[in-house]
Amino acid sequence: MAPTPTAAADGSGLMEMSWDPITRIVGSLGIHTKIDFKQKRVAECYSTSSVFRGYSVFMRGKDPRDAHFITSRICGICGDNHATCSVYAQNMAYGVKPPHLGEWLINLGESAEYMFDHNIFQENLVGVDYCEKMVRETNPGVLELAERTEAPHAGEHGYRTIADIMRSLNPLEGEFYREALQVSRYTREMFCLMEGRHVHPSTLYAGGVGTVASVQLLTDYLTRLMRYVEFMKRVVPLHDDLFDFFYEALPGYEEVGRRRVLLGCWGALNDPEHCDFTYRNMTDWGRKMFVTPGVVVDGKLVTNDLTEINLGIRILLGSSYYQDWEGQEQFVTRDPLGNPVDPRHPWNQHTIPAPQKRNFDDKYSWVMSPRWFDGKDHLALDTGGGPIARLWSTALSGLVDIGYVKATGHSVVINLPKSLTKPETTFEWKIPKWSNALERNRARTYFQAYAAACALHFTEQALAEVRAGRTQTWEKFEVPDESIGCGFTEAVRGVLSHHMVIRDGKIANYHPYPPTPWNASVRDTYGTPGPYEDAVQNTPIFEENSPENFKGIDIMRAVRSFDPCLPCGVHMYVGGGKTVEKMHVPTGLSGLA
Amino acid sequence: MADANSATKSRAAGGPGAAADDQDPIHILWINAGLSCDGDSVSLTAATQPSIEEIALQGLPGLPKIAVHWPLIDFECGPVQGADAFIEWFFKAERGEIDPFVLVVEGSIPNESIKAEGYWCGFGDNPETGQPITTSEWIDRLAPKALAVVAIGTCATYGGIHAMEGNPTGAMGVPDYLGWDWKSQAGIPIVCVPGCPIQPDNFAETLTYLLYQAAGSAPMIPLDDKLRPTWLFGATVHEGCDRAGYYEQGDFATTYDSPKCLVKLGCWGPVVKCNVPKRGWMDGIGGCPNVGGICIACTMPGFPDMFMPFMDEPPGAKVSATASGLYGTVIRRLRGITAKTVDKEPRWRHTGRELTTGYSKPW
Repeated sequence: MAPTPTAAADGSGLMEMSWDPITRIVGSLGIHTKIDFKQKRVAECYSTSSVFRGYSVFMRGKDPRDAHFITSRICGICGDNHATCSVYAQNMAYGVKPPHLGEWLINLGESAEYMFDHNIFQENLVGVDYCEKMVRETNPGVLELAERTEAPHAGEHGYRTIADIMRSLNPLEGEFYREALQVSRYTREMFCLMEGRHVHPSTLYAGGVGTVASVQLLTDYLTRLMRYVEFMKRVVPLHDDLFDFFYEALPGYEEVGRRRVLLGCWGALNDPEHCDFTYRNMTDWGRKMFVTPGVVVDGKLVTNDLTEINLGIRILLGSSYYQDWEGQEQFVTRDPLGNPVDPRHPWNQHTIPAPQKRNFDDKYSWVMSPRWFDGKDHLALDTGGGPIARLWSTALSGLVDIGYVKATGHSVVINLPKSLTKPETTFEWKIPKWSNALERNRARTYFQAYAAACALHFTEQALAEVRAGRTQTWEKFEVPDESIGCGFTEAVRGVLSHHMVIRDGKIANYHPYPPTPWNASVRDTYGTPGPYEDAVQNTPIFEENSPENFKGIDIMRAVRSFDPCLPCGVHMYVGGGKTVEKMHVPTGLSGLA
Repeated sequence: MADANSATKSRAAGGPGAAADDQDPIHILWINAGLSCDGDSVSLTAATQPSIEEIALQGLPGLPKIAVHWPLIDFECGPVQGADAFIEWFFKAERGEIDPFVLVVEGSIPNESIKAEGYWCGFGDNPETGQPITTSEWIDRLAPKALAVVAIGTCATYGGIHAMEGNPTGAMGVPDYLGWDWKSQAGIPIVCVPGCPIQPDNFAETLTYLLYQAAGSAPMIPLDDKLRPTWLFGATVHEGCDRAGYYEQGDFATTYDSPKCLVKLGCWGPVVKCNVPKRGWMDGIGGCPNVGGICIACTMPGFPDMFMPFMDEPPGAKVSATASGLYGTVIRRLRGITAKTVDKEPRWRHTGRELTTGYSKPW
């Protein structure tokens, strides 16, 4: 039964609509919006998260060696990224460098995490937004066109038309949907081989891993990896066909979820030949990572220096349920190189929860507002869900060159070797024209191939160590009484940092910053909206439904393209004194839909 | 995955315990908005015995038809004020419009009464006030109407990591919130499947059991005094750990990358109820102490505080490991002698013209 809209006093046509909780993401996220159906645009958007747990609060006073076990529990789909990042921060704080093999095994585990997570999210969560059932319900005209449109790469993926691809993505019934679920399982097996179990690893420690390295371990991994390589040879062209079709079917679709290019990438997958986990050398070993760190503004690389990236991080409040920490004790005034550290830097943050009513004109979320200070402005960087920022940053730096992947300065070339039934294949991700929903999704697919290609390199390196008899994977360490550490990596969804301060051998301060606090951040003290808010505001509406049957698929595609990882909400409203038309939740709904 | 009605057309009728095609489905209402990380939801997608698609599409004989309302992969995603709103199913359940339903809770339950206003965690909005409906309020509204309440993960069962000492939210498990003796209107106690996260098949199996019970083909689910399924949580980690042989021989790892017993490096396996080393993490692969990861006891009510610092030797292990060290050294020496004997082939396996196996040849 259709809901009954109430009459608007002024007939402005603006609708207040909210999606809370949003499905097919991780965590509880609300999006509250005001939509102008006459102009077919989202007028305003607020993102809200309704869960607070307080890791930074309850970690104080605990043994620093517990940090990776605890912080893994921050996230149920990328917890291992936290454990890894925490281990990096601990390695720095304890002054320990794991054996090379230990690092290769962590890289193999983290690569498998990318392969698993991007796959399940892309096909089983985001994919549903583009499936036949959804397109039929939101844009029947587009489905009709899809039925008539031959897929350009049918020879590679086996689906004759675009509509066939869409049908294969239908939940549970779709053949490709079910295959992707299976892929998400064997990639998790690859992960478990290296890190024990998913998603909270059992075999990660500061100083390395407890995984027993053997020929069997690496063979079990490699055979599954090659199945995935073969799978990606079908998936990359399949998604290129699907996403290219949307540009063609709906002229102007590049505006959906579009925002200014403001991308952050903190680098991932260390090279043990260079990484010694010292802060002093961080700039150098940061540039040797297999995913290059970088801040990209308007298409230009601002920096790929991890030390500079670290010092630029600021945590702002403004619309969040916390008391400010101004005037509180500063834990770290200078970094180990003598550079001044800002009071709003995570090393100096105090988390003081202040639960209160939600008010979209004032405080409305448990998420804070991380920003990156470039010397003039507090930039609301986003990660675009991770892959687009990683590929963009790596491409521009032109530093990665391992055969399987090569950064060219304007693109990233991915070379996949011959597999069971498919020949050697090369994909090239080129810097796109826009930072929008479709390009975030496309990058996610290419990065799956990138992660697989890197994993091939890591497997070779690890096997060489094992064959040479260098099977140690863990190094002893002592916990100092006083120390600081920072860890940088790329979680699946983008930038991840952990900042730790140790005093009297205990955790005195610990602040993890995953990608979603950046993406789902809220209006800061300067009034700058967060990336979801910014990307959804002004997003055009292409859906064919009337307001009564409106699903907001374009808004959902915009939000999901960021791969959200917590509760959030959108609120569309008009502002400027105009009356907002509200739609009532129907009370007469009964039976099954 | 929305409701599975459309996907069940071709299910064969008949067979013992098979539900009729026109039967109303059992709804599964899943609240992931406790203090959670969604790790239990994610973990369940890794299950293969059975898999989520096998449960949803009735891939096992006799499973009743179900309609799952699960935020992680639900098809429905319309606006609260419009068509196909996911949250509407929860309001329907509250109004008694869907029956029966099983309530699954993921994440610990914060204490909302320790502060003046606001919320620690909410799930959907109250249309009257525009403020989030707290997760505990949903439990108050839905638990009395549910066929069963299932707590998934150590947070929902016992509080878990978010109920750690020093936490600001006063978090607790569902049995702490509803009462350990609470029973559903169908007489079923709270069903607790602990684990951080849950071992995938452990939960898939428990859910399957409950569906068979709901279909009338299985007796009351057997639970222990901590409300855990007994067939999954009856044995300790150590009893199923393939490194226990090293323990018996008093041979302990001194570095984390050693293949030996990790008990002196922080493994709590001997006193923790969990089946992971025996079962593997998924399809027999992975695990904890069996693959070099100390058991931090993530399935237990005392987790995490009773087991921290995780990387220190458990105090109880000192005594027993010392005893095992004395006894084990002797055993190991004797086994070493035997091992040399059995590592040799018998002397009659050789080339040459003579047969020395003891057979009397007739030729």
